[in-house]
This record gives sequence, structure tokens and C-alpha cells, in this order.
Amino acid sequence: MQADQWLQPREEGLYCVPADAYIDPTRPVTLALITHGHADHAISGHQQVITTAQTLAIMHTRYGNDMAQRTRAMEYQQTFCLGSEDDPVLCTFFPAGHILGSAQILLTYRQTRVVISGDYKRQPDPTCPPFQAIPCDVFITEATFALPVFRHPPIEQECQKLLQSLALFPERCHLVGVYALGKCQRMILGLRALGYDEPLYLHGAQRKLCDLYQQQGIKLGTLTDVSDVADKTQLAGKIVLAPPSALSDRWSRSLPQVRKAMASGWMQIRARAHQRQVELPLVVSDHCDWQALLDTIAEVNPGEVWITHGREDALLHQLTKQGVRARALSLIGYDEDATD
Amino acid sequence: MKAFSELLQQLYFTSSNNEKSRLLRHYLKTTPDPDRGWAIAALAGTLKFEFFKRNAVKTLMLERVDPELFAMSYDYVGEMSETVAHLWPDASAPVELPSLTTLIHQFNQAKRDEVKVLLNHYLSGMTAEQRWSLLKLGTRGLRVGLSARSVKRILADYGNKEVSEIETLWHALEPPYTSLFDWLEGRADKPDITGAVTFHPVMLSHPLPEDAISRLSAADWQVEYKYDGIRVQWVCTEQGKALYSRTGDDISDAFADVLTATDIQGVIDGELLIINNGQIDTFNALQQRLNRKKPSAKLMRERPAGLVVYDILHDGNKDVTALSLQERRNILQQWLSAADNHKLILSPVLPVHNLDELQLAYKAASADQGVEGLMLKRKDSLYQPGRPVGQWYKWKREARHLDAVIMYAQRGHGKRSSYYSDFTFGVWQGDTLLPIGKAYSGFTDEELKKLDNWVRRNATGRFGPVREVQKTLVVEVAFDAIHPSSRHKSGVALRFPRIHRIRWDKPASEADTLENARRLIIET
Repeated sequence: MQADQWLQPREEGLYCVPADAYIDPTRPVTLALITHGHADHAISGHQQVITTAQTLAIMHTRYGNDMAQRTRAMEYQQTFCLGSEDDPVLCTFFPAGHILGSAQILLTYRQTRVVISGDYKRQPDPTCPPFQAIPCDVFITEATFALPVFRHPPIEQECQKLLQSLALFPERCHLVGVYALGKCQRMILGLRALGYDEPLYLHGAQRKLCDLYQQQGIKLGTLTDVSDVADKTQLAGKIVLAPPSALSDRWSRSLPQVRKAMASGWMQIRARAHQRQVELPLVVSDHCDWQALLDTIAEVNPGEVWITHGREDALLHQLTKQGVRARALSLIGYDEDATD
Repeated sequence: MKAFSELLQQLYFTSSNNEKSRLLRHYLKTTPDPDRGWAIAALAGTLKFEFFKRNAVKTLMLERVDPELFAMSYDYVGEMSETVAHLWPDASAPVELPSLTTLIHQFNQAKRDEVKVLLNHYLSGMTAEQRWSLLKLGTRGLRVGLSARSVKRILADYGNKEVSEIETLWHALEPPYTSLFDWLEGRADKPDITGAVTFHPVMLSHPLPEDAISRLSAADWQVEYKYDGIRVQWVCTEQGKALYSRTGDDISDAFADVLTATDIQGVIDGELLIINNGQIDTFNALQQRLNRKKPSAKLMRERPAGLVVYDILHDGNKDVTALSLQERRNILQQWLSAADNHKLILSPVLPVHNLDELQLAYKAASADQGVEGLMLKRKDSLYQPGRPVGQWYKWKREARHLDAVIMYAQRGHGKRSSYYSDFTFGVWQGDTLLPIGKAYSGFTDEELKKLDNWVRRNATGRFGPVREVQKTLVVEVAFDAIHPSSRHKSGVALRFPRIHRIRWDKPASEADTLENARRLIIET
């Protein structure tokens, strides 16, 4: 049975008809399959949530223990049935390499295999197992950075840039805008990997998820809350991690001679960095760049590609040119800017 | 080139002026001649030639990337150099970059067909950031948030000099400014520019603050018209003569008829206008000569250019800028009678003895097509380059207003590339709308978002990049003047139109008519 007959874009999100389930719905539904914990993919208020144990932990941390009426934690590669017993939809989670707990979801219905990859990347990430290419008939991909101008450098290079700046401006507090889930912890690990053992300072919004990562066995080193530092002048020459919205907030005024940095895939574009008045743009992304998207699609080699949020025009154009069957799904509500 | 590119990156992302100054001074200190001089030329915009045309860059790029993907990328990035910098394929091995000086000479000496080869060679061996720097440098589009004025101030700080000294020397010196650095670093005397035919930095005015008017003491001020032409400087020394625009561009060839008016030496500040037998014509008349680099004899006969002179910087070769305006005015009058040419007219001083007379003069000036308002200059003001506070004021006549209907919208560029920010608006003639102008300023960022949103929801058609919209939104357009124009279908042209207010409340049928617009034309 053709995939588009049982898997449809709806206002709430992508809907699997025979399982009566939505994938990453943006409104509360009866049954939600969730790829990862970013706020635009995982909301609270569903009746039942099925996702990985780590994503459940993230959702509980963010929304509290009553974030859904029922939850079910899945291991990677473990298959279970949805829908009717005679005519089931088989569902399996595979690693996506995006953030802690992130997964691709393989749905098989009447022999047709569809992989919903969620958000994913191919660069190494010590907080999650690497993306796995799953053979399928339909591969559903994001297109956040789907323009050939986007090239993500290795994270070591960008962390090095930050440390160099720290050496060059030892009197300035380096305030780094990072998304609280995923980017924050990856930056910390990137800095630690380069031998930076100083305490890292956290804006209040980063604390809970960093603690969760540590509970999950990911060692982040010494993390100190900015609010616990009585004498803020001590933060000169130190690194403070804060949500991007706090960069220009009154909150940052208490810090000494702030040098604004931001870690995001968008920082490659000068105007984007300029708009945020970022002095030190760090190109760090948890998504694929253009080449990684094309390489992944070639590796998965699906019968057909469906493109969700992002710059779908460009990817659609390129795939069509390569002779790959592709179409754009217009799914709304996934906020490209907030999470990268 | 490597160090220069790093400097550009740092300057680009630094917002504080002090920090920028520190970065540039550090670069000057650690970079040898003549590299640093060329860097200064690039930053201050005094490089005389382009390495390559933007179009050549685009052509090279399109040989390497799918045109559709290029267009989508350009649309997203909003800027050509950066788009190419990111799209250009990385080389397997980076090339050794030459010094900035060598690079500039290579491009300067390259023949037309060699430029492409050179450009290709460097782009392929560079990082994305270096590519951006080269493209910006080569198309003279360097914008890293440093004005030419700031560069001069930083040079002054670097050598512990007054910025006015740098300003005075500036146009007489040429890149790579070795003699300037010798002086700044104390190895040589100040470069001697006596007698050089060069542009002298001009003194500028501030807008007259509304609340300042009642506090003025009329006796202290010399009141003149503010002319609606272009500000120029006429320079004649024993070494030759030239006419400069207010930014220091040499426009001698375009206005040869003015240049030959006299051979009496001096540096004169004045307004370039079309002057027919002593009669000043409108800006519209001048406009027909502004874009001609070498006008025909016929055009010069039909539209003869002349100068309304209002100040003198050098009398013969004597610098008089340290004298008061009143004293300079006397010298100017003597100079003018020696020159004795009908193309040179003295800007009259208006008889204003008290504030009432000042108001009357302002009203009269506002009703005069040939002028833009009044100039108020302190009688004791010295001629100081730059914009000294409290010395000279311009009092422009009030803007005119019309209610017009938005007809078309176009996206802006760069930061505004995702917004519809350029608007064509029209007024009624009978029951059809006729476009009368285009505006892309005057609104706040917040209003821009709303306008953009409105365009997206009310678009009806598309002509290339231009969206046609429902003719329902009225904007109050402000402009400095309106002139008859044979080039526009509507028969009128606006000077500096901008959006004054968005009239979300007003029905389009109540917008102004072309007849109303025509009434605002002041008859000469």
C-alpha cells in the first residue's frame, strides 16, 4: 500500500492512519510518537506518549511528571505493534544522532517501510549513538540547512575559536548563547575535550537539563550557577552559557565586559550574527549541512524522499535533478530558529 | 592578505568603536609598510580601482554551481560576496597567500582575461572568510562598520595628532600613505601639501533643533538661503585647478564650464547650480547634468552651470580658515570682484535683525522653488572641517505630505532580504491609480514587520521580484519637494519621498489625487 495513503500531513502533525498516531504533534493528541525532546517536537498534554527512555526523561524534566496520561519507553531497535492486531503497524526507534534520546522512527505497514528521521546529524556527538541508515521505501527528512552555502565545521574548530578569544580577551566575560537542550551540553563536552577544566557558568535556564545529562552518565565537569557567584567580576575571562534570548537581556548587564558569542548553525551567515549583535559567531549545529543531507539520502537510498521543515525548495530541486523521487510535505509549527 | 582578512573579520563582528580602534591600531603597529597603507586605503575607500566586477564573480560562480541553487542561496544570504564565499568549492590544498600589496598589484596589472584566472586561483585556495574579504576588497564594497571619518580618527589617535590635521592632509596624500606613517611615527616632518590641488575637508551643519529657535540671538547669526544644488569646492593653485564634490570626488570634467570661470587662485566653498544669465534654475534642471561625466557643448550651453559661493578657505595660497566668518566674508567679496565672472554669484546675506524677521525669511524660503530653506551660521564661526556643534545650522523647509496608496512592493537586500520593504505608491487620476514614487524608509522595524505581513496577505500578482498588491492600504508620504517631470507617466517627481505614517484606518478611495499633488508644485 502506497505510503501516502496511510501517512498524511495534518494540522496537528504527521498522522499514521492505521495506528491512529501522530509523529511529533504540535497539539495534544491521543497517541504521540516522539522523535526527540526539543520543545517544537515534544509538547505536553498528550494522552499517551511513546518515545525513548531518555526523551521521556527530558520531557518529564521540562514539563513535570504529569506531562502525559500514559507513557511508554522504547529501546532503540526494539519493535512493537500499533493499530489492529490483524493489520498492525510495526514501529521501531533507531538512533538519529541529533541530541540525547533522539530517534528516527521506522513504521512498516503492509510491507511498506517509512523512516521518519526527525532532526538528525552525522557529525560525532558523545551524548548520543550515531545516526543509522535504515533501508526504506520512503525517507522523511528535515531540510533546516538545505542550501549549498551551509557547511558545518567540526565542533573542535569552533571550541578552539572560543578558547582563543578567551586568551585574547582575558578581561572579558564570554557569554555564549546556546540552546538549553543538546547544544549546551555538546559545547561543554567540546570544551572539555580540548582540556578546558575551569568551571563553566550556567544561566538558570540551563541547569535542569545539564543535571539530567549528568544523571544519564554524561560527565560535564564542574558547572556553577551564575546566581551563586556573589562577586560577578570573578567572571572576567570565564565562559557563561545562557539561552540565546538572554544574550541581550538585562540579565547579562551584571557580567563584566561581556563578549557575546553564540553557537548555532545560523551563525555562518553574517547578517544573522549581526542581527543578534554577536561578536564571536560559533558555527555549531545539531543538524546536517547540505553535503551531509545529500550523502545521507544517497546512503539510505530510499525509493522516495519526503521533505519536511526548512529550505525544502533547494533540496527538492537538487534531488529531482539527481533523479531521486522527492516531494515537499508542508508541515507547520517546527521552529527552525529556536533549536539551532 | 591573511592578516588583513583576519582584521576585517574582527572589525566586522566588533560593535564597540573603542574596540575597533584598538584592533586597527594593533594592526597598524604590527604590519609593515606598504601593506598597512593599502589596508587603510581599502577601509577608508580610497582605493582607486576595482579588481573585478561583481558580474565577473557571478559568472565564475555560475560555472561551478547550479543556477537555481545559486539563486536560492543568494536570496537567503542576501549578499553576493558572502553567497559566493560559502558556495565556492574548497580546494584540496590551500595556496600560499601573498601580501596585501602584492595582491593589489597583481590585480591592478592583470589584463582583462588574466583577472579571471587570478580570481579563480585565489578563491579556490582560500577559506570562506578569506574569500569574503577578497571579494569585498576587490569590488570596493568593504563595509565593516568603520567610516572614512573613523579611520582618520584612529590614525590621529595612533600618531597622537589632531584629527583635523589628518583631515587637511588626507586628500593630498595617496595610498599607501608611507609619508603619513613616517610623520605619525615621528620619523619625519608633516607631509608638505602647500600648493597641491586637493580637496579640503568641508565644514558641515546640524539641523536646527526646534527648541533652539527661540533662544537664538539674531545679531550673532548670518542668515543665507540653503540652496537646492550640490555642494562643491573650487580649487585653484599655481599647480592647477579642480572642482570637487563634497565627498572629495573630482568632478572637473563634468563641469568644465564652471572650472574655466576664473584663474584667480583660492579655495572656494559654494553650491553648484544651473545659472542662466544670473537666474538660478531648479534642482530638476541640474539633474540632467549630474549623470554626465563629459557633457556635450550643446548641453552646457542649454544648461549652463555656475556657482553660488558662500565661503572661502584659501585666498590665493593663504589659509583663512582660522578667521571668523565675518572676516572671511569680506575676503570672499574681494576675491569675487577680482574674479569678476557672471558664473560666480555671491550668496546674499538676508536682512534678519530679530526672530520675527527670521520666521518671515523662513516662510519666504519655504515658498521658493529654488531653495531648500535657510542656513544659519554664527558670524564668529571659524571654518572647521567636520560638523562642529553650535556653529552652523540648516533649517530645511517643512516636508510636504500626500496620502497615497501602496501599489507594488519589493524585497529589500541584506538584513531586509526577507522583508518587503520597498514600496511603490500612487495617487488617483479619475478612478485609476498612477504611481508617483517609491519609498523604502520612514517606518520603524515594528511597522516594517506589519507592512511585510500585509504585503504577503494582500499580494495579487508577481512581476519578477515585484509583487502587486491590493490597492487598499493608504500611507502618508512625506517628501522635500515635487517637480514636474516628463520622465514619469504621472508627470511629477518627488524629492526624497519616505513613509511618514501608515494609515491603516483610511480607505483607499480617500487618498489624494494627482491634481492635489500638482498643486504642491511651487511655480518659479
